[in-house]
Amino acid sequence: MKKILAMLLVLCMVLSLAACGENGETTKAADNSTKPADTTAAAVTEKIKVGMVTDVGGVNDKSFNQTSWEGLQALAQEDPSFEVKYLESKTDADYQTNINTFIDEKYDLIICVGYMLASATREAAQANPNQKFAIIDDSTNADLPNVACLMFAQEQASYLVGLVAGSVTKSKTVGYVQGMVSDTMNLFAIGYISGVLATCPDANVLQYNANNFGDIAGGQTAAKNMITQGADVIYHAAGGTGIGVIQACDEEGIWAIGVDTDQAPLAPNHVITSAMKRVDVASQDISKAVKAGTFRAGVHTYDLKNGGVDLAPTRDHIPAEVLAVVEQAKKDIIDGKLVVPTDVKDCPMFNLK
Amino acid sequence: MKKKSIMEIITSNRFLQILLSILLGFLVGALFLVIMGVSVGDAYGKLISSVSSVKGFSYVVVYATAYIMTGLSVAFSFKTGVFNIGAEGQFIMGSMGAAVVGILLKDLPKPVLIPLCFLAAMLAGALWGSLVGLLKTRWGINEVLAMIMSNWIAFYLSNFIAGIPAIHHEGNAEATRTISENARTLFGADFRSKLNLAPTANWGIFVALAVMIVVWYIIEKTTLGYELKAVGANRNAAEYGGIGVNKSILTALAISGALAGLGGALQVMGMGGRISIFTGQEGFGFAGIVVALIGCSNPFGVLAAGLFYGALIYGGSKLTLVGAPTQLTSVIIGTVVFFIAISVIFERFGGGLRSRKNIAGRKEAEAKIASEKAGPDGNKEGPHGSENGKEDETT
Repeated sequence: MKKILAMLLVLCMVLSLAACGENGETTKAADNSTKPADTTAAAVTEKIKVGMVTDVGGVNDKSFNQTSWEGLQALAQEDPSFEVKYLESKTDADYQTNINTFIDEKYDLIICVGYMLASATREAAQANPNQKFAIIDDSTNADLPNVACLMFAQEQASYLVGLVAGSVTKSKTVGYVQGMVSDTMNLFAIGYISGVLATCPDANVLQYNANNFGDIAGGQTAAKNMITQGADVIYHAAGGTGIGVIQACDEEGIWAIGVDTDQAPLAPNHVITSAMKRVDVASQDISKAVKAGTFRAGVHTYDLKNGGVDLAPTRDHIPAEVLAVVEQAKKDIIDGKLVVPTDVKDCPMFNLK
Repeated sequence: MKKKSIMEIITSNRFLQILLSILLGFLVGALFLVIMGVSVGDAYGKLISSVSSVKGFSYVVVYATAYIMTGLSVAFSFKTGVFNIGAEGQFIMGSMGAAVVGILLKDLPKPVLIPLCFLAAMLAGALWGSLVGLLKTRWGINEVLAMIMSNWIAFYLSNFIAGIPAIHHEGNAEATRTISENARTLFGADFRSKLNLAPTANWGIFVALAVMIVVWYIIEKTTLGYELKAVGANRNAAEYGGIGVNKSILTALAISGALAGLGGALQVMGMGGRISIFTGQEGFGFAGIVVALIGCSNPFGVLAAGLFYGALIYGGSKLTLVGAPTQLTSVIIGTVVFFIAISVIFERFGGGLRSRKNIAGRKEAEAKIASEKAGPDGNKEGPHGSENGKEDETT
């Protein structure tokens, strides 16, 4: 009894000491923060406030949300007139709450990351016609006068990684895992298959629809099945499920191809390349447009031409001659000499359901 | 002596213990903020300011509704000696039940559709709870294990149902369709803007309040509640007293499940409007365990604890605006639970005198229950009772 009493008292003392210490620091920090605020008082009124709402993946998702947030942070560092903040969503119902938080705090631009926020964005944009929104990877809100839809030419990036896959495969069998079947998602498959067939005309592309973006174990199983069937390169467009794909490829020692961001850090020895979407560039562009007063609603497409999509910067594993092929294709696409198909009908091998 | 009396006050007053635990939770949270170099004043200031406006508080109530319901569910199970860790699954089943009805029967008028959704949710939740109850009473399978597994079955079942074409959202979204306007419990738009309430403000909280009173009534004022509590206090004594223990456990789990299921309905019909394809558990049921613990398993305590939890979650979501991580709320909640758990241990094993008193008290209560239960039986079977009495006398 006495011992426990003593321990509790000690605990209380330690904590209250900590509390005192923290009070001191607080005031110090507060002092620091007020000083610069005074000197830049004039600039404060012109601050462009950009708020970003993540989807349920959170801000450290090693993908979309993270890239976009890093882009905004870099922007704020480069140009102090931008004030950038983010809110994380834990459940589907949080999207609306978070968007409304930014509306209440009078942010100039609200960037919603991912098409999961499409419905919530639509509702908020209709209710607040003077609030500017941007949404990444969704075009269903393109009809609204205050929403900019930031879209990426997924088929072009997928075509480029397809070229790589077709060039490095020895078994002439490559794999592909997709998170969901929809018109937008199918662009990944169509681009990839076209790219593979361009460099390896008699290749077989194994395809699998995981119907889930968060099933790591499912991604692993799918990839292992493909490896048993002889696949030696697997590309994924399946978010968290794709992490499982990359893990399986790493374990089995075959090539994996990442998506959206440079996924090489996930398995440095076995991720040969990634089809990268410059979500960071897109969020920076739209923020700058708001500052310059050139914000435009509707669809903004990011493709090879404006640097919105590309191969990831990590290219150590790609043989030089393959890189040359990729660069040539890139040039042809930009010049309009080569058009990557976007219709399922132009891609007979496509068999996802 | 003086110190001891303070300790005694603390250990004997549950309310004080909880208050102290909450205080310590915030202190530990502050400690973490200092380590991270974030201003404590800013962070806690944001937490308080974001929940203290009318709009902020309406958000808190919206969030709290679901937590109060799962809290009641868990509290009800605690009272009856079962640990309902399956509230998560029952909540999911309930919300899916309400959503399916709200999507498929979308043309029914409001006064018919809303009760139907509630009913579907309660049935789905009750079914999920009693399945585990059946496993336990029939084959003696540990309910905690069965519940944790049933949570995952509900999780994937919900994802499966959300993927069915008739239920799945048209177009580009990993979610169900939005349920019919006629199934929503939202306040009217005019009313909301007039009072400056949150866009998701709804009257689900009044359902939760009504349910809270019903739960209190069942536990405190009915024979059913008495029997369930007796089973919770001592299974063997209750059985000896003539209470059907298995039946009681089944009933308790079914009611507990129905409560969590109704919570799911209130969530999807109020705030959510649709259910996404989960990639991780949303944690409403697990939050219910915390809420029940903070609320001392008392229905009115659960109300207060649910509001507290809702305030932390909503206020916490805004912490990133001042540069503090939202995870701070998890630190605070975790610490609060930790200290509450410690205080229970402290009570049980710490004070020798008190613990002995407790045991004596419990024995007394058991004896009371057994004798009270035996009372009416004794009256019916008078001769047996007197015979026993005589035997005792003679020996």
